[in-house]
This record gives sequence, structure tokens and C-alpha cells, in this order.
Amino acid sequence: MELVLVLGIPVLGAALLALVGERRRAADINVAISLATLIAAGALVLRVIVEGSMTMAHEQFFIDPFNVFLIALTALVGFTTAVFSRPYMRIEEEHGRLNARRLRLYHSMYQLFMAAMLVALSTNNMGLLWVAMEAATLSTVLLVSLYRTRASIEAAWKYFILCGVGIALALFGTILLYFAAERLLGSEGMSALLWTRLDAVKGQLDPSVIGLAFVFLLVGYGTKVGLAPLHNWLPDAHAEGPTPVSAVLSGLLLNVAMYAVVRCKILAVGAMHSALPGRMLMGFGLLSTLLAAFFLWRQRDIKRLFGYSSIEHMGIITFAFGMGGPLANFAALLHMTVHSLTKSAIFFAAGHASQIAGTQRIDGIRGLLSISPTVGWGLMLGTLAILGMPPFGVFASEYLILTTAMREHPWATPILLGALGVAFAAIFGHVQPMVFGETDARRLPHSPALLPVFVHLAMVLALGLYMPPALAEWYRLAARLIG
Amino acid sequence: MATPTLATQLLHVLAASLLLISFAMLAQRRTRRLIILLAWQGAVLTASTLLVATTAHLDHLYYSAALTLALKVGLMPWILMRLMRRLGIEGDSDSLVNIPTLMLVGLALVIFAFGLAQPISSLATTVTRQTLGVAMAVILLAFLMMIARHKAVTQVIGFLAMENGLFFAANSTTYGMPMVIELGIALDLLVGVFIFGIFFFQIREQFDSLDLHKLEALKED
Repeated sequence: MELVLVLGIPVLGAALLALVGERRRAADINVAISLATLIAAGALVLRVIVEGSMTMAHEQFFIDPFNVFLIALTALVGFTTAVFSRPYMRIEEEHGRLNARRLRLYHSMYQLFMAAMLVALSTNNMGLLWVAMEAATLSTVLLVSLYRTRASIEAAWKYFILCGVGIALALFGTILLYFAAERLLGSEGMSALLWTRLDAVKGQLDPSVIGLAFVFLLVGYGTKVGLAPLHNWLPDAHAEGPTPVSAVLSGLLLNVAMYAVVRCKILAVGAMHSALPGRMLMGFGLLSTLLAAFFLWRQRDIKRLFGYSSIEHMGIITFAFGMGGPLANFAALLHMTVHSLTKSAIFFAAGHASQIAGTQRIDGIRGLLSISPTVGWGLMLGTLAILGMPPFGVFASEYLILTTAMREHPWATPILLGALGVAFAAIFGHVQPMVFGETDARRLPHSPALLPVFVHLAMVLALGLYMPPALAEWYRLAARLIG
Repeated sequence: MATPTLATQLLHVLAASLLLISFAMLAQRRTRRLIILLAWQGAVLTASTLLVATTAHLDHLYYSAALTLALKVGLMPWILMRLMRRLGIEGDSDSLVNIPTLMLVGLALVIFAFGLAQPISSLATTVTRQTLGVAMAVILLAFLMMIARHKAVTQVIGFLAMENGLFFAANSTTYGMPMVIELGIALDLLVGVFIFGIFFFQIREQFDSLDLHKLEALKED
């Protein structure tokens, strides 16, 4: 029942907003729908805490501690982003960058995107997972090109083609997976695509077929995670789309793709009886982290800068999942949470910062603190948090990942530390003059909604200072499931 | 190995023509003819699905064949043709392609695909198992086409050809995915083609051309 609400509300909301999205109240409706989804997700979490893992609708949907936490996170960030987007999009409209019709498209697609992600997270069917991932791409493509500028159309085209090809490879991987499982589970119904069934027989799946399937799935879904060398679409799409879209792409979509990769990794490890899938994740993760860290230096656009930072953090998470084991998985899950919260907060602040300055160019944004202290402090604190400064939660998860790496794969530690150091210097060097310094820019016509920024940062801070035992236990449970 | 039956032989003929069409697409410069070739690819796909359906007595494959016929032979080429007429680019051609080199690379890809498919097709029990190599070759050739071409429309055709290859792969290893999933995939594809259509207009409005060389502002310098 709760799940029906979680999935149904955004779908109906998308339909409603497609009809009335041109009205002035559309932004409020968007917020209300997102709030309703969040409440339903909260109810679902409570039920899983009470009753444990469960399958629904003839096993087509499956909720366990691993995905229910991502569902809750997705609904939460979806809600705060809707709150942020209300004044933000109004300012954009007054600046003449958008009109009512495009806002209708924006609101409707925003809800559809949320629905696609929630389906991808809750489904038990690997085929449906693919369909939902593709739907998530399709619903955001037109949002990236919402401003219809040359750069935004180019970014959207790149996003569409690269992710389209990536996801086609993932489909081939899914076909191979089905092929391997069908010999054990038969083609009756869809049992050979159901993850829980696959998980039960994973030890008997043919290792060579699963190996090949995993390569395709990793490359395919990895493209959407933004893993190097297939990360090209990510900075462009983040920089050229409207800021709320950048925030949900970075904070949520990357997590959902990561979730798909991890689900596939669990099957591959079980079938291949080897550390190879983990090693592959570690390799891709390290490469992404390193590459992104060096690209951070040469960025001139504030949103591109944080786009590359997302690649870096996704690399760290991928590396941690690759190491495996309860501790590394725990750290990776925590890092997914805090990255998602921090990065969306940063995008909120960065979006308002570029509205104040009238440009996204880093050297055009100066002296935020003197015009709008909240935007300035939001950006500064968010940056400190994402760079892993204590006492924020990112520090805790990165510390855990590094110490695990030191114990199990000492060779990787200097690479990780080096990348983190380079990223620190690059991002801090870019952000510091934007926040401090002199400026002659003027205030915004509407007061920016920075409540979400500080709510997110407060949660990240709280996770860094004190994690409630119940939450820690829950993470531990999810980490054990991943193995 | 047992002597192949007439059905298997026919199937191999169809698979071979699928591969031939892929090469023809690689060599074809004119957009209009490319769309026609894409429709032909869909037609061969329909025929092979029907053939498998009759020999293996699988009902769901009839539906899937009907879906292929409607979507890949009818609707999608029709949409693309219409778009071309609206955009006035029927006679367009991609002149920047070095076709002999492309053919050689394509040949190498086919050998690679067969090598990759060998261990898997030896595990399959379907009548179509020998054709997995062809399916993978079609996917890779479509990939090559997307990389080598610079027009937006051609890239989309490459994308759809890749999807055809995937469909063929699903049929040759497992007699197709479950119907619900296939419907979902078809829906995604259809929406994708519509979005491509919207894009063509957006790109042309902003760039006065559908040549993707002009979309090169966003680069790391």
C-alpha cells in the first residue's frame, strides 16, 4: 500500500502538472506532491523497520534496507529541491530565460523523473529496472535543454546520445543475465529476471556468461554513474540545465545508477566466485576520482566545477563498493547519503550565486558575502563539507573508506589521498574568491529559498557528529546485504 | 553436429542479410536511403522472429513480431521520413566519411564479435544460437556508425540500428525477453524517437544546421 502511494503520487502528479502546469500555483502544487511522496516514503520506511524485507505485487517489487534508505533519500531531496525551485524558477522567469509553457514541461517532467527513479529503486525485476533507468534519462533530457541556448542543446544532445548508448549496453547485459538465469529458473513468468530469485541461485549461474553480462552492465549503468572514461555528458548536463535539475541529477540520479551497479555486482560476485567484479569497480572508481580531481583545476564555470566534483565522489563510492566487506559498504552507503545532501545544497547555493552575478563564470562571481550572506555562507559551508572537512559527515565516510583501503589495499591509499588533496586545493581555490572579495552586483528580486541548503548541511553535520544507533544499525544491515 | 534443418538454414540466411544490411548502412551516405535500409533491417528482423515463432511454437514471439513490424518497419521509419521532409534535408549526405577504412574496421569488428559470442552460443539451447555472433556484430557496426557520422539524423539511425541488433540478440539467445519488458523497451524507444524529433528542430533553430560539428562549444580546453 505504502509503495503504491510512493510510486503513484509522482505519476499522478506529473499528469496533473501537465494539465495545469502553466498556472502560477504550479510550483506550489509541485511542492505539495513532493511532500506527499516524502510522507508516503516515510511510511514505507516505518513498515520495513517493523516487518523487515518484503516483496510485493507478485514479487515484481522488492524492498529491503538497502533500497528503502535510497527511496527515503530520493523522496527527501526531491522535496527540498521542489521547495528550492519555487523562488528560483520564478526569478529565472523574471529574467526572461523561461516562459510559462516551459515551466509546465519542467514541473511535469520533474515529477515523472522522480517516479522513474523510485520505480528503478523499488523494482525487483532487472528488466523493469532497465526500463525505469531509461525513462529517467528520457524525462530529464528535455529539462537539460530547457533554456534552449546553444550550449544547453549541445549538452542535452550529448547526454541523450551517450546515456542512450550506455543504457543500450546495459540492455545487452540484462539479456545475457536473463539468458544465464533462464537455464536454471525457466522462462515461465518472469522469474529469471527477478533479482531475489537470481540472488538465491547466483552460485549456480554460469560464470563466463555472467562475467560478460557484468562487463556490459557495469559499462552501461556506469555511464550514468558518471564513471570515467564515460563521464563526458555529466559536467555539461549539470552546467547547462536549470539548477534544480542539476541538483537532482547529481544528488539522486547518480545514486540510482550506482544502486543498479551494486545490485549487479552482488550477482556477479556470487556467480563468479572471484574478486574480479570488485576489482573492476575499484579500477573504474580510482580512475574517475583521479581524472576528476585534475579536471577540477581548469574549470571556469561554477556548476561544471561541482559537476566534476560529483564524478570524483562517485568514483570514491564506486571504489568503496569495489573493496566490499561490511565496513567499506557501510562507508559507501554513508558517503552516498552525505554526498547527495551536500551536493544538492551546494547546487542550490551556486544557482542563486550565479543569479546574483548574472553569470555562471567563476571569475564573474565575486563577493557573495557582502551581497547575500546566506548564499555566501551556504556556498562556503557546503564547499567545506564536500571537501571532507571535519566535523561534517563527508569526513566520517571518507575517513572510513581511507582506513579500510589502508588495511586491505594499501597501494590505493596514496592515489586516493593525492586525488582528495588536489581536489581540495582546486575547489577551495575557486570558491574562496567567489565568497569573499569585492563586488558591485545587486540583490535578487525575490528572497532566495536557502532553507533547504541549511537543512541539508545541518543533517550532514549531524551525521558527522553523532549517528543515532538505530540509523547506524540500519546502515550496518544494508551493508551486510551487499556483502 | 546434426545437419541443420531447413528452418535453421533459412534463419542463417536472414541473419546473414541482417549483417549485409548493416554493412550497407555503414557505406551509405544519403540519409534517405539510410532510413530505407533501417526499415529493411526491421523487416528482416520481423521475418526471423516469425520463423522462430513457427519452428519453436512460441506464441509470445508472434506478438513480438507484430510489434516489430508495426514499430520498426512502419512507425519509426515513417516518423523519420516525415521529419526529414519537414526539415527539408532529404537529399542530405554525409561527405566526411572515409568508407573503405570504415569497411575494414567493420570487418575487424565482426571477427571480434564472433569471437566474443562463441563461448556463449555454445551454451544456448535455442535453434537460433549460431546467430548471436551476427547480433553482436550488428550492435558493434551500429556503434561504429554512430561514432563515424556527424549528422544528427544519422546518429539516431545508428542508435535505432543498435536497438535492432539488441532485439536480435535477445531472440537468438533466449527466444526474446518477457513480453512486458519488451513492451517497456518499445515504449522507451518510441518516446526516445519523439524526443529526437523535438531535438532536430531545437538544434536547427539554434545552429541553422544538423551538422554535429557545430556542436563543439562544450569542450575541455
